[in-house]
Amino acid sequence: MDRLSFDIAHLVAGGLVLVSFMLLYQDRLFALLNMFALQAVVLALSVGWQAYVQDAPHLYITAAITLAFKAIVIPVALHRIVARLGIHREVETVVATVPTMLAGIALVSLSMVVMLRVTQGADALAREDLAFALSVVLLGLLMMVTRRNAVSQVVGFMSLENGLILAATGAKGMPLVVEISVAFSILIALIVIGIFLFRIRERFDSVDLQALDESRGESR
Amino acid sequence: MTALIENNVYLILFLPPATAVVLMMLPGYLLSARLNMASSFLTFLAAVSLFVAKPASGNYLLVDDLNIVFVVLNTFVAFTTSVFSASYIAHELETGHLSELHLRFYHTLYQVLLGAMNLALVANNIGLMWVAIEVATLTTVLMVGIYRTDRALEAAWKYFILGSVGIALALFGTILIYMAARPVVGEGLNGMVWTVLIVHVAKFDPALLDLAFVFLLLGYGTKVGLAPLHAWLPDAHAEGPTPISAVLSGLLLNVALYAVLRFKLLMAANPLAMAPGPLMETLGLLSLVFAAFMLYRRQDIKRMFAYSSIEHMGIITFAFGMGGPLANFAGLLHMTMHSLTKSAIFFAVGQIAQAKGTQKIDDIRGLTLSHPVLGWGLVLGVVAIAGMPPTGVFMSEFLVAGSTIARAPLLAVPLVIGLLVAFGALMWRLHGLAFGEPTGSTTPVAASSLPLVTHLGLVLLAGIWLPPPLVAWFQHVAAMLH
Repeated sequence: MDRLSFDIAHLVAGGLVLVSFMLLYQDRLFALLNMFALQAVVLALSVGWQAYVQDAPHLYITAAITLAFKAIVIPVALHRIVARLGIHREVETVVATVPTMLAGIALVSLSMVVMLRVTQGADALAREDLAFALSVVLLGLLMMVTRRNAVSQVVGFMSLENGLILAATGAKGMPLVVEISVAFSILIALIVIGIFLFRIRERFDSVDLQALDESRGESR
Repeated sequence: MTALIENNVYLILFLPPATAVVLMMLPGYLLSARLNMASSFLTFLAAVSLFVAKPASGNYLLVDDLNIVFVVLNTFVAFTTSVFSASYIAHELETGHLSELHLRFYHTLYQVLLGAMNLALVANNIGLMWVAIEVATLTTVLMVGIYRTDRALEAAWKYFILGSVGIALALFGTILIYMAARPVVGEGLNGMVWTVLIVHVAKFDPALLDLAFVFLLLGYGTKVGLAPLHAWLPDAHAEGPTPISAVLSGLLLNVALYAVLRFKLLMAANPLAMAPGPLMETLGLLSLVFAAFMLYRRQDIKRMFAYSSIEHMGIITFAFGMGGPLANFAGLLHMTMHSLTKSAIFFAVGQIAQAKGTQKIDDIRGLTLSHPVLGWGLVLGVVAIAGMPPTGVFMSEFLVAGSTIARAPLLAVPLVIGLLVAFGALMWRLHGLAFGEPTGSTTPVAASSLPLVTHLGLVLLAGIWLPPPLVAWFQHVAAMLH
């Protein structure tokens, strides 16, 4: 692989990690959704570039799905839900921004150290991709842990899943990538938007998971 | 007939989804419940016929001696649960907890879940296995939330979030396995076919395999319900419909464990990779001891038995982690016994909760007087699950403890402590539930106790006499597992 295409792949994958960081500190839901759409665009670019470099036309499908579904359909739908629920003012975070960012930096360095050491045998592009992918996965997890609001938890999960798609497309010639991305997208859309948020709103008039916690019957 | 038997593996894969489509269209819960039963029974028969005619393994499907055990157990419990479910949901409909439309949805999902679990068990492709477990998870999420009460929604939400994270970690592990396989077996489909992987795994990069296994164990371990990743399990068991609790405990946890076992076999076949045993032993013991202590503080009867499931999955994971013919044998036997006993307990608990109108342990007293069959069924079930002789669970726990004492005496200390603590908690709670002055309604339940009696009978029988062919089969599988 020539130097330029490697650099471009590197740049886009790195951009994905950067956007994941930017997701961490968005404290308004609309801004968070916009940022998620941006992340999906970057992912689509990365997947498209991988399709071109690896000469794997089926990856263009994954890129197209990512672009259409995650960059447009899901953010628009979530926008509407948030607006309808009237919860667009603020994202309540459990942990303050600075510790979250520090934890994020620690997680990224951890994944770099682990992945680069472990994958010495693999080719350079796959190594870098896996390291970035693990960073995105861990940052997504971190976001799910530090957020309380159902919408932002879903965004955290989807950003985690973006990391998985990055890893899957970076693994050259991996079968079932398209199927996996389709399954993921459809099921997320189906479950989260169609059923859960609707019902949770119906029951609580709030999508704050704190409200869910209070309804637990474990301790009396 | 022969054509049917030859295609038995396709039958167990396609019969459930086909039934699901029919159930989706079918109005009237009575017919749906019967169709659900009939289809589950046919699936079970097809699974049994796998013993007679084992299909050749391909790129996508694999039937070997290991997964036949899982498939048969799975389809059997799925069938008995469908019988239990038929009478359970009739009551839910009467009391207005569920509407006809909900039930149509419920039956459809039941078959989808069954199909997904069968696919996960016979998948030869690790990507396909992942997809199947994902589908199974998401269907159970929907089923847990079906009552749409605040607590059911919270349980479903928690299950969805934790289950998704687990499943995401498992996918990352799967990708890493592919990365490790690619330099050796080449690009494309072969890198995900388990039978190809196991042949070439000795040449894989051990460091990548190690990392992959950690992700896979944590990912699928979340689904097994291993502490500290178990948080979804008690809520999901307590708030969903009871047949689903039985299916979760008796089947879905096993399916996830099966996935872990497949990857453990890969690890064991690479001499340079880390030994997968100690990790599994640690998680198993942690779950056992943690769940044993948590049993004491439970107020909700279904939640209590959910913790007992965590405890037993801990024991099974520990046994498989120890490895060796005896511990593997004990693990297989314990898994079978736990599936049968725990689903029997949930059958009893479901009817008890319906009869008494509560799930609170303190509000249920004197069951043996008010509902003799249910009460004594529960007593027998709890005595069995606590590991008292002469039941099958006693035998498998004894074998686990015995092989631990022989090979790693230090590990036997937490194991035995965990077993004893859990035993104490269950006996203490059982005394209150089963004996004393009856409280609440004493109207007899209309539901059939046949599934309950069948399961308990099998568990008792296994404790007294295990059929020699079964023993031989388990020994053979135990040797396969290293």
